[in-house]
Order: sequence, then C-alpha cells, then structure tokens
Amino acid sequence: METTAPLSEQPLVVCHACDMLQRQPRIAHHGSVQCCRCGMLLFRNIPNSIDRTIALSLAGLILFVIANIFPFLAFEAGGQSTQTNLVEGVRQLYDQGIWALAGLVLFTCILAPLLQLLLMLYVFVPLKFSRVAVYTRPAYRLFLRITEWNMIEVFIIGVLVALVKLVKMADIIPGTAMWSFIGLVFVVTGAAASIDGRLVWRRLDERS
Amino acid sequence: MSHQNSALSTSLTGCHACNLVMSIHEDAQHHAHACPRCGSKVHPRIHHSLPITWMLVCLAFLFYIPANVLPMTRVVGLGQVQEDTIMSGVIYFIQSGSWYIGMVIFIASVFVPMLKLTLLMFLLISVQRKSQWRPRERARIYRITEMVGRWSMVDIYVVTILVALVNLGIIADIDAGPAALYFAGVVIITIFAAKSFDPRLIWDNIEPQTKRS
Repeated sequence: METTAPLSEQPLVVCHACDMLQRQPRIAHHGSVQCCRCGMLLFRNIPNSIDRTIALSLAGLILFVIANIFPFLAFEAGGQSTQTNLVEGVRQLYDQGIWALAGLVLFTCILAPLLQLLLMLYVFVPLKFSRVAVYTRPAYRLFLRITEWNMIEVFIIGVLVALVKLVKMADIIPGTAMWSFIGLVFVVTGAAASIDGRLVWRRLDERS
Repeated sequence: MSHQNSALSTSLTGCHACNLVMSIHEDAQHHAHACPRCGSKVHPRIHHSLPITWMLVCLAFLFYIPANVLPMTRVVGLGQVQEDTIMSGVIYFIQSGSWYIGMVIFIASVFVPMLKLTLLMFLLISVQRKSQWRPRERARIYRITEMVGRWSMVDIYVVTILVALVNLGIIADIDAGPAALYFAGVVIITIFAAKSFDPRLIWDNIEPQTKRS
C-alpha cells in the first residue's frame, strides 16, 4: 500500500483551457483528473496504455491497407458499372480540376489517418521494449497536431448520405474497403484514446 | 476555492504538448517560448487572439454566402441539367421521404457552422466586455465550438463521393459546383478560428489580481 504524499510534494500542473495552476492529486488505477476550476479533463490513468495503443494501431494499419486496396463502392446503372476506391476517387476529383477539394479529401481521409497510425507505432513500439526511438519528441508532437485533421468518422457519415442519394439512381454495392474503413474509424479512435502522453515524457526524462 | 491563481500570475506557464510547468518572464506573456523538454512553441497567451479570431469569423461569414447561394452539385442526366444548392438538396431529401438524411445535411451544413460562428462571437464579445458571467459554462461553450466544426465536412465528402462515383457519360454525370469550394473554406476557416481563440482569456477577467499588460 502506497502512502499518500503530502500535497505540497505532488507535481504542479497547469490547465490548458483556463491556465489554472494546481497540484496534481494522486489518482486511482482507472481514475482521471479534471481541472478544479474549469472542469477540463487533465489526464487519465489508462491500464496497459502502451499495449492497447500498439495493438489497436497495428489493427488500424491492416484495416487501412485493406481499405485502400479493395474497391470502396460499386455503382451500376443502365448496364454500365463503375467501381472506385479511395485514391481513385481523389484522382477523379483532381482530373476534374477541383484540386483543392481533392487535396482536402486526400489529407483528411488518407494522409492524416495513415500518419497518425505510423506515428503512434513509431513512438510506442520502442517504449514497449524500454527504448526510445530517435526523433521521438518531434514525432509525438506531430502526432498531437495531426489527430484533429483525421476526419474519417465524418467521411463515413458522408458515405452513408451519398448511398441514400444514389440508391434511387442505381444499384450500389458496398465493397470490402467500406467495411474495413468503418472498422478503421473505431480502431483509430480507440488507439488514440488509449494513449497516456505522460508515459512518453516520463520515459524521455529518465533517459536524459 | 480560496487561492485561484492562473499560472501566468505567478510567472509560470504549462506546455500544451508535454505538460511541463516552466517559469517565464512576467512581461513576456505573448512571446513564444520553446519548451525545454519537448521543444514545442509555448504561448502563455495566444498573441492577438481576439483580433485574429474576429477576422477569421468575419471571413467565414463572407464565404458562407456564396456557399449557400451557388450550386453545390450539378447533375447531368439524359440531357437534363439539375443544379442543387445546400438548401435545395435538403428540401429534396425531405420531400423524397428520407427526411432523416435531410436533417443530417441541414444540421451539418447549415446549423453547425452558424452555431459555431454565433458561439465564437458570443465568447469574443464576452471576453472583450470583461464579463464575469459563468466562466465554467463559457469554457464548456468553447469546448463545443472546438468539437462540432469537423462535422460540417459531411457535405463536402458527399459531393466528393458523388463526383467520383457517378461518371457514366451520357446516362448520368455529377459535377461539383462552385459552392463546394466556398463551403470547404467555411469549415477550414472556422476550425482555425476556434484554434486562435484563447479560452484562458475567459478566466483572466475573473481574477482581478492578475497583472495584465
């Protein structure tokens, strides 16, 4: 049983949302800490944080590959059929001269999720084996910035709306890629939610 | 609580990336410091947060007009051309029976951007008037503006999928209209507007003892 340290020995923490300076309380195994002034979540204790992050990121990477290789949707009307995958769709937009939209979709639905998965693996796989990869600091910082641009969960809603719109015009066959893309949404969200950033910096502090 | 002090009032600041608490020069609250642990830029307060946020909010309103007036999609089928704006698309969905899809588009494309811009303006004005009104609720409002913006991208993705998929030559063809670009602009600009607003300013007005330059 760990004895509780006096409050003055607990490390200081500053709330990002309101700049409140406070002492970090001791938290239970599954516990989380909110800012005492504005209620913002400061951090959480996540059991097996590193294992979960790696497992879900690996699963995500596999789903990402499937989602980009197999056809996303097939569309049949009047004896003609087209099928498309994600990259093909972006190229279609680019060919039609709407390169800004093409770039936006490429970035938010392909590059950002891929980069997010790769960076999670790059940072946390070495941590699992008690090592620290070179450039962990910039890699983790880039990860923090890129996550908000990963909008695949919004994209899935867009797909559902488009399906309803098209169903009256033609036969729509959802492809393998679509199912794995839906899986990817849950897996990536889970991976990002299992990250405890404090572990990264604690490990870096120990090394220096 | 008796001692409610911001980090800045004790010449400290916290790094957003790694949570390191570091000391800063008292009169350097707008300067960017490099965090000694992780190297990120640390702003004790975002420089020119209010004017930049105002500018982006106004810009978003400007883009919002063509986004709603111009056509979002142009459907060419069997010699007929049909152009749809955001609202006519919503009305089409409601009339054709899939009212829930109409609601999704309406909420994502019309309601959310307007809600976000209105809430941001409310926060900007409340901070400028040094309001003491319910800081905790205003902090929650800010978190909402941060969270909802991305969902407006739904319509952009719908257009993308339609354009990419429906390309059957004479039988049917769908093109993206000019509104798609303006609307994407609205979404991106409001995301940056929410990021440039510094929620810590809400709380600076609550503590009269804080030194402010």
